[in-house]
Amino acid sequence: MKILVCISKTPDTTAKIAFVDNNTKFAGDAVVWIINPYDEWYSLVRAIELKEADASTTIHLVTVGGADADPIIRKALALGGEEAIRVNIDSNDSFYIASQIAAVAKEGKYDLIFTGKETIDYNGASIGGMVAELLDLPYISFASNLALNGNDITVVREIDGGEETNVVALPAVVSCQKGMAEQRIPNMKGIMGARTRPLKVVEPQAVIPLTSIASFDLPPAKAGVKLVSADNPAELVRLLHEEAKVF
Amino acid sequence: MSILIFLDKADGHIRKSSLEAASYGAAIAAQTGTVAEAIVLGTITEDLSVMGKYGISKVYTVDDAVLDELDAQVYTKILAQVAAATSATVIVFSNNLVAKAVAPRLSVRLKAGLVTGAVALPATSNGFVVKKNVFSGKAFANVSIDTAVKIITLNTNTFSYSIGNGAAEVVPFAATIDVANVKVTATNKIVGEVSLTEADIVVSGGRGLKGPENWALVTDLAKLLGAATACSRPVADIHWRPHHEHVGQTGIAIAPNLYIAIGISGAIQHLAGVNRSKTIVVINKDPEAPFFKAADYGIVGDAFEVMPKIIEAVRELKSH
Repeated sequence: MKILVCISKTPDTTAKIAFVDNNTKFAGDAVVWIINPYDEWYSLVRAIELKEADASTTIHLVTVGGADADPIIRKALALGGEEAIRVNIDSNDSFYIASQIAAVAKEGKYDLIFTGKETIDYNGASIGGMVAELLDLPYISFASNLALNGNDITVVREIDGGEETNVVALPAVVSCQKGMAEQRIPNMKGIMGARTRPLKVVEPQAVIPLTSIASFDLPPAKAGVKLVSADNPAELVRLLHEEAKVF
Repeated sequence: MSILIFLDKADGHIRKSSLEAASYGAAIAAQTGTVAEAIVLGTITEDLSVMGKYGISKVYTVDDAVLDELDAQVYTKILAQVAAATSATVIVFSNNLVAKAVAPRLSVRLKAGLVTGAVALPATSNGFVVKKNVFSGKAFANVSIDTAVKIITLNTNTFSYSIGNGAAEVVPFAATIDVANVKVTATNKIVGEVSLTEADIVVSGGRGLKGPENWALVTDLAKLLGAATACSRPVADIHWRPHHEHVGQTGIAIAPNLYIAIGISGAIQHLAGVNRSKTIVVINKDPEAPFFKAADYGIVGDAFEVMPKIIEAVRELKSH
């Protein structure tokens, strides 16, 4: 079986969010970059587990980004995967990125394509669905469990107000969230091995983006907390009722 | 030309979040001088003419039980047919799990630019720019959709609407329905609880409550307020509360009008899931808890002493 794992580079969860160039660009220079947590903890680790269960499995990683994504893709390779492909372009249009991934996926003829449920920077949650449509494949979103049964996968996915179990034949695209796998720490063998595994850089396909970011805003600063004495909790209830009018 | 709103059902009824999407779509229609129409897929059990009260002039239905189960490919192809037949220029979904499965596919199929998680009406005076949450609630992006057809998924609890008069015309739509690739073999719905993502008020507990046996402090208040209950990640991880209550970065992201956090310190990962709440109340005995910086109201105090008094005061208020 061949698995393609989509990897995105995102600012660390605790990164300070600020913008430059008249609020048109994320101030990424002073930020620690990580593998998007959903891509790492859930989709990549689940792919590695599938390979551990069946050694004939091949895992490839793909990312869309400039050379500054190389340390991130190497870090992902240190966890697992035989080969990585970087499409050499930066973009924040989901359709543009999905089109690049779909081109890589078409070439590699993968049985299973994994994405994280969303990235923690643009929170689009769209790449998996778009790749699936571009390849005319089924797409199971927000999966928390996946089992392989021959050519079928049985997937538990989140629905509004609960979860459901889906069975679908491969090939398919699955977006992964909590429950799929447990976070792993790369070991020294993995880190050393990642240096020698191929990282192919390919040039992007010509695709016209559908959206563009005009500007960013920061939310207005909170006025500050209004503290109520622990001796008089009823005052908090009064404030919520009469001032905030929330109930 | 029209605005097309996808209405999602829960147990045969149109979801509250879809009513928000309908009103949002109607507001775009008013802003751009066109009409708002809606589409409902699957078994219909209620009178959909009521959607007129939310500004919808016409509701198209594909009343077929096979559509009671979601197959994103099947849904996408039907919605593409409806969009073409109605010459829809903007398609609106509520940003829920159906939209997350379907809207990206529809975007590709129609070559329609997609913005997920919109928080305001689009600016249409110069182009078409939609504000959305990015960086897990820590910033907004104003995204320009540069295509003729546009798709927006609206975050829940961000667009307040008023209910008007009027009745929508309900029209069956003759769609070609493909055979589903995805088979649904089991469904596990959480029944009898207020839906966490759609709740106006959420009461949430953390490790400060010391054990699951003390959760009445959360659930009693939630019951009085008609609120949903939630918890922090550690509480779900040590199985004091079920995983579906976990809010935060790896859990569910919510944006209620009121979020009450009891015994939760407010780690950045937790804030990422709740920072879009309109009013945040924090009750914690540690005055240094980072959550107080993100809060609107707070009490520095022991939850075991404070909460019974709060519950009593709310009970008193609600009895009037």
